[in-house]
Amino acid sequence: MPETASIVIKGGRIVDATGERTADVVVVDGRIAAVGTDLDADRTLDAEGCLVAPGLVDIHTHLREPGKEEAETVETGARGAALGGYTAILAMPNTTPAIDSAGVVQQVLELGRSAPCDVFTSGAITVGRAGEQLAPMAEMAALGVRLFTDDGAGVQSNAMMRRAMEYATGLGVTLAQHCEDDALCGGGHMHEGEWSARLGIPGQPAEAEELMVMRDLALARLTGCRVHFQHLSTARSVAMIRDAIAAGLPVTAEATTHHFTLTHAECASYDPLYKVNPPLRTADDVAAVKAGLADGAIGIIATDHAPHTAETKELPFDQAPPGMLGLETALALALTELDLPVQQIIGALSWNPAQVIGIGDTHGLPIAEGNPANLCIIDPEATWTVDGRAMASRSHNTPYQGRELKGRVRHTLLHGEPVVISGEAQR
Amino acid sequence: MSGSSDPVRHLLDIPDLGGAAGIEDVMRLTDSFVEVSERSIPRVPALRGKTVAWLFYEDSTRTRLSFETAAKRLSADTMNFSVSSSSVKKGESLLDTAKTIEAMGIDAIVVRHASAGAPHRIAGWVDAAVINAGDGWHAHPTQALLDCYTIRQNRGDLRGQHIAIVGDIKHSRVARSDVLAFTAMGAEVTLVAPPTLLPPSLEGWPVKVSHDLDQVLPTVDVVYLLRMQRERMSEALLPSLREYTATFGLTNRRVERLRDDALVMHPGPMNRGVEIAAEVADLPRSVILDQVRNGVAVRMAVLYLLLGSGTGLVPPPSTVPPTEEDPARA
Repeated sequence: MPETASIVIKGGRIVDATGERTADVVVVDGRIAAVGTDLDADRTLDAEGCLVAPGLVDIHTHLREPGKEEAETVETGARGAALGGYTAILAMPNTTPAIDSAGVVQQVLELGRSAPCDVFTSGAITVGRAGEQLAPMAEMAALGVRLFTDDGAGVQSNAMMRRAMEYATGLGVTLAQHCEDDALCGGGHMHEGEWSARLGIPGQPAEAEELMVMRDLALARLTGCRVHFQHLSTARSVAMIRDAIAAGLPVTAEATTHHFTLTHAECASYDPLYKVNPPLRTADDVAAVKAGLADGAIGIIATDHAPHTAETKELPFDQAPPGMLGLETALALALTELDLPVQQIIGALSWNPAQVIGIGDTHGLPIAEGNPANLCIIDPEATWTVDGRAMASRSHNTPYQGRELKGRVRHTLLHGEPVVISGEAQR
Repeated sequence: MSGSSDPVRHLLDIPDLGGAAGIEDVMRLTDSFVEVSERSIPRVPALRGKTVAWLFYEDSTRTRLSFETAAKRLSADTMNFSVSSSSVKKGESLLDTAKTIEAMGIDAIVVRHASAGAPHRIAGWVDAAVINAGDGWHAHPTQALLDCYTIRQNRGDLRGQHIAIVGDIKHSRVARSDVLAFTAMGAEVTLVAPPTLLPPSLEGWPVKVSHDLDQVLPTVDVVYLLRMQRERMSEALLPSLREYTATFGLTNRRVERLRDDALVMHPGPMNRGVEIAAEVADLPRSVILDQVRNGVAVRMAVLYLLLGSGTGLVPPPSTVPPTEEDPARA
């Protein structure tokens, strides 16, 4: 990397895995050169009143490229990520074609190379995410893929999932599951319960998620495979993961921001902005997800950023695709809605997911001399109003339109380069 | 109009009428339109100059004919946005279709759609009045109103009446709207169905539930049978139609359990021999054709309520002769 001007991040309060302290941070040549008081450099980024944190890491991003570039591209998704404080995102494999081979992995990584955020990719567990034949996991692992998932669908066959877990242990990679029993969901479009019954919308019972959580815990016990549970949405799922972690199983879990902020009552508007999979559930489930984040049963906050074009979200509820934007609202929602220490929130958004997807050597590291300068500077008191149209994403499907949130990203540094300055994307 | 305070803009489901007072308004208006329907020239100029469009995404003969007759008797112009042969088939979105129809200067859109909530979405996008003619499993408010009217006509009042709704409640928009309308009017409702044909939750529904039709029949003033659809068999919700008829069908033998003055109702079309025995459908206590007849007057009342001058006075009969045969009388 060529010699660049030094930058000092001045006046902020550092929050990282080691604790909190007030200090200036000097960045040179993509790395942290000094941490201390009254430091100076060629250029100053004001961090007065701000938190200086390791860049955020999203373990669950749908970038839509290849295949649905009208909804999102790697570039637009990565720009939204940078604006949201992320320095690393993990692309989900449910593209067209699916990310189920070394060729598509290379394509996505190539597209991400010039993006304003490090783009990593997951790989599919099975060919075409069809659940029938193992995808070439070793070939993808050789290109750096560390997490495999058929996200968007769960691997339905018990036998197939067992084989995938066994195979994964040989590669030292993690399998991530979208837990949903398809047969039990039987064409459902929202949480099955009080609201689905009233609205006349076919439902997806909580048990459809819980049965697969239960099965995969059993298979993790059988195979010893590291398993990551995606977007937990029910109280009993959270309880099962809590018990499994206590029992020493090698499992981790994530919660999305919408599963700790919204309930199925939102669907009464029949607006497909509130359609998502797993679906928005009950207030009790929301409380359980928050409790899981508080006690560590759920260590990760994910976005499940799922862009969809306006046309598709103008379809009737049962015809519209599930999913909502998340990259530009996740941090603020967590800061606004979670009554947790800020260090715990940043951990759930940064160093915890970095560990699970195997990028802990470059992202989520403590802010100390010599470490890569992947940083996010957050004004925790700034209030702002969510506007999907103002987002970097090609799509606008945020369910938080018009909502006032507290906490906003001021600057984001990617390998020392300020990709966001004063809330403005630099490229 | 009297009773309800806010003007009713759309009729998407029963609560839009604002409770018992609003439903009662429709009943009273319907009385006037029943009278109009009995005239030699059953036509009034109440909605002359207004245009009503049909937007039916799902096949419907009965409901559409009923609405069409109602609109014509009010002298409204009507147009049919034929979904099967139109831009919708070419991929036009619900939003674009609704906006297109509105741009033609339409005053009301009558929507039927297989997706629950589609009329709600359209109502949010257009200024025209939207009338829900049935959306998915969700609601069918004009059916519920004509059901209320038919019960009121035969029993004087809904208050205190015990009504059993029997059959596939889970997938029934008629049942959902009927429960809301009947209970708002003070009736007591019991849902009778096997558990597989009940909604997944009845939280907040002011109803009783039974799985034993024989036990319920002697206690009811009205037994309301729902159409049993054959495709429910393939979803493993029932072992067979035969078993359904044996346990939940209103058979010749079972109808004897009803009190002498109890009514039999059905939204149609009937599966004779499945949910209702052929002879039972033709008994004097069966008011199924009254429902159809009242449907026209109720839909006149709804159109007038949403599009009329709001004076509540039905104008005198027009000298314009009727333009078509009245299917409700055929």
